[in-house]
Amino acid sequence: MGKVSPLFRRTRLIEARIDEFLDHISESGIIFRRAVKGYLQSGPAEEFDDAMLHIDDIESRADELRRTIEAELYERTLIPDLRADVLTLLEDMDNLINVCEANCYRFSIETPEIPEEFHQDFNNLTETASECIDAVVMAGRAYFRNIQAVRDHTHKVILLESEADKISTKLKRAIFAADIPKVEKIHLRYFVDRIDELPNAAEDIADQLGIFTVKRSI
Amino acid sequence: MEIAALLALSSGLFLGWSLGANDAANVFGTAVGTRMVKFSTAAIVCSIFVVLGAVFSGSGTTDTLGKLGAINALGGAFVAAFAAAITVYWMTKAGLPVSTSQAIVGAIIGWNVFSGSPTDSQTLIKILTTWIACPILAALIAAPLFKLTQAYLRWAKFHILRLDAYTRVALIFAGGFGAYSLGANNIANVMGVFVEVSPFSDFDITHYLTFTSIQQLFLLGGISIAVGVFTYSKKVMLTVGTDILPLSPVAAWVIVISHSIVLFMFASQGLEAFLKDAGLPTIPLVPVSSSQAVVGAVIGIGLLKGGKEIHWQTIGRISAGWVVTPLASALVCYIMLFFSQNVFLQDVYH
Repeated sequence: MGKVSPLFRRTRLIEARIDEFLDHISESGIIFRRAVKGYLQSGPAEEFDDAMLHIDDIESRADELRRTIEAELYERTLIPDLRADVLTLLEDMDNLINVCEANCYRFSIETPEIPEEFHQDFNNLTETASECIDAVVMAGRAYFRNIQAVRDHTHKVILLESEADKISTKLKRAIFAADIPKVEKIHLRYFVDRIDELPNAAEDIADQLGIFTVKRSI
Repeated sequence: MEIAALLALSSGLFLGWSLGANDAANVFGTAVGTRMVKFSTAAIVCSIFVVLGAVFSGSGTTDTLGKLGAINALGGAFVAAFAAAITVYWMTKAGLPVSTSQAIVGAIIGWNVFSGSPTDSQTLIKILTTWIACPILAALIAAPLFKLTQAYLRWAKFHILRLDAYTRVALIFAGGFGAYSLGANNIANVMGVFVEVSPFSDFDITHYLTFTSIQQLFLLGGISIAVGVFTYSKKVMLTVGTDILPLSPVAAWVIVISHSIVLFMFASQGLEAFLKDAGLPTIPLVPVSSSQAVVGAVIGIGLLKGGKEIHWQTIGRISAGWVVTPLASALVCYIMLFFSQNVFLQDVYH
C-alpha cells in the first residue's frame, strides 16, 4: 500500500474491509467444496468437521465486517447515490456464506446416505457452485473498481449457473431412477436442491449487478 | 456614510441577498442536495469566494451595465435595484425561473425610458447575444468535458469509495471557482446601478494599495450575497439538481465547472486583455444568468446521453422566464420610478 494522504486514509481502510469481506465470500465457496468432498469420502468425520468450523468462523467474521462497512457508509454518508446498491450487494453476497454454512449444518445433522455412484455428480455440482461464487465475487470486485469488467464476470456466472442446472437435473434423474428407497431419493433430492441454491443465488446477484453497473456509469 | 445612502443601498443589498439565496444552488446545489458536501462547508466556501470574486474581478461586467444606462441619482438606483429585486422575488414566489441579470437589465432599460436617456443599442445587442450564447457555450464546454471525464475515469479505475472521496474534494474546489465566477460576473447586478452614485470614497490601505470606493461597494454587495447563502440557500440547494436531468455527483462536477468557466469568461478582464494581446476576438464582459449556464451544461450532457432523459417541459418554462423577466422588471421599474418621483417627490434622475 503506497503513501496515502490523511484525507483519504479512512476511505482506504473501508476499501480494504470490502476487499477482505469479498475474500471471505470467495473462501467460503472453496471451503464448502472441501467439506462436501470430505463428507463424500469419509462421512461427517474430522475433515468435514474442520471445514464446517472454518466456514462458521468465516461467516462470523464476514458478518462483523459487513456491519462495520454498513455503519461506516451510513455514518460518514459515503457514496450517497449508490449506497443502497452497495449495501444490497454486500448483504446478498453475505447470504452466499450463510447458504454454505447452512448446507454444512444440514450435512452434519441429517447425515444423508449418498451412494458412491452419485459421488462424482455431487462433487461436480459443488465444484460448479464454488466456481460460480468465485465468478460473482470477481464481478463484485469489478463493480467497485472497474465497471467495464463486470459484464465479463456476470456472463461467466450465468454460464456456470446453467451448467449447475444441467448437473443437478441429471443427478436428480439418476437418483430417482436408482434402486433405493423413495425416502432416500427425496432426501438426496433435497441436498441437490440445497447445493444448487448457491449458483441460483449467485445468478440473482449477477443480474442485480448488471443494473447497479448501469447506475454507476456517470 | 449617511443613513440615507445606506437606505438607498438597501434595495441592492436585498437583491444581493436573493441572488445568494437562489444562485448559490447553481454552484453547490447538487453537491449539497445529494449530501456529497455538507451545507456548512458549502456556505463557507461559497461566501468567501463570492466576496473575493466580487471585490477583485467584478468591475468588468459593471462597466457594460454602465454603458447600457448610467443611473445618475441615488433614488433612481434604489428604485432600479428594488424593481429588479421585486421582480425576482415575485417570479420566484410564482415558481418561475428567474435571473437577476435579466431583471437588472430590464430595470435599467425601464429607468432609461423613464428618464428619457438613450439605451445604447449596441450594448443591448451585445448583452442579448451573450444571454443566448451563455447556455450554448456552457453546453459546448460540458459535453466534451463530460466525455473526457468519462474516459479518464475508465482509464483510472478508481475504487467506488475513492472516486466518492475525490469527487467530494473536486466539488468543493469547483464550487469555490463557481462562487468566485458568480461573484465576479453577478456583482454588477447587485451593485452596478450604484457605481455612479457610490456613497463611499477611496482610501489607501498601504502606500501602494488603494481600496477603491467601487471595491467597497462590491464588498458590501458580496457580503449581502453571502448572507443570502447562509440564511436561505439551503432550502433551494436541497430541492435543486434533478429538475432537468437526474445527475450523478461526477456529472454534477462537470456542470459546476462548465458553468463556472462560462461565468468566468464573461467576467474576466484578465482573459479579455490576454485575448486582445494575442490578437484574438475578445469575449464581452456581460452579467449572465448562472441558472441558464447550468441549464445549458445539463442539456449538453443530456444530449450526449441521447436526450431521452431531459425534461423538456422544465426547459420550456425556463426559456419563457428569459423573455418575461426583463419585460416585467422594466415595467415594474417604470411604474415605481413614476411613483417615487410624483408621489414621494424623490430625485430619480438628473
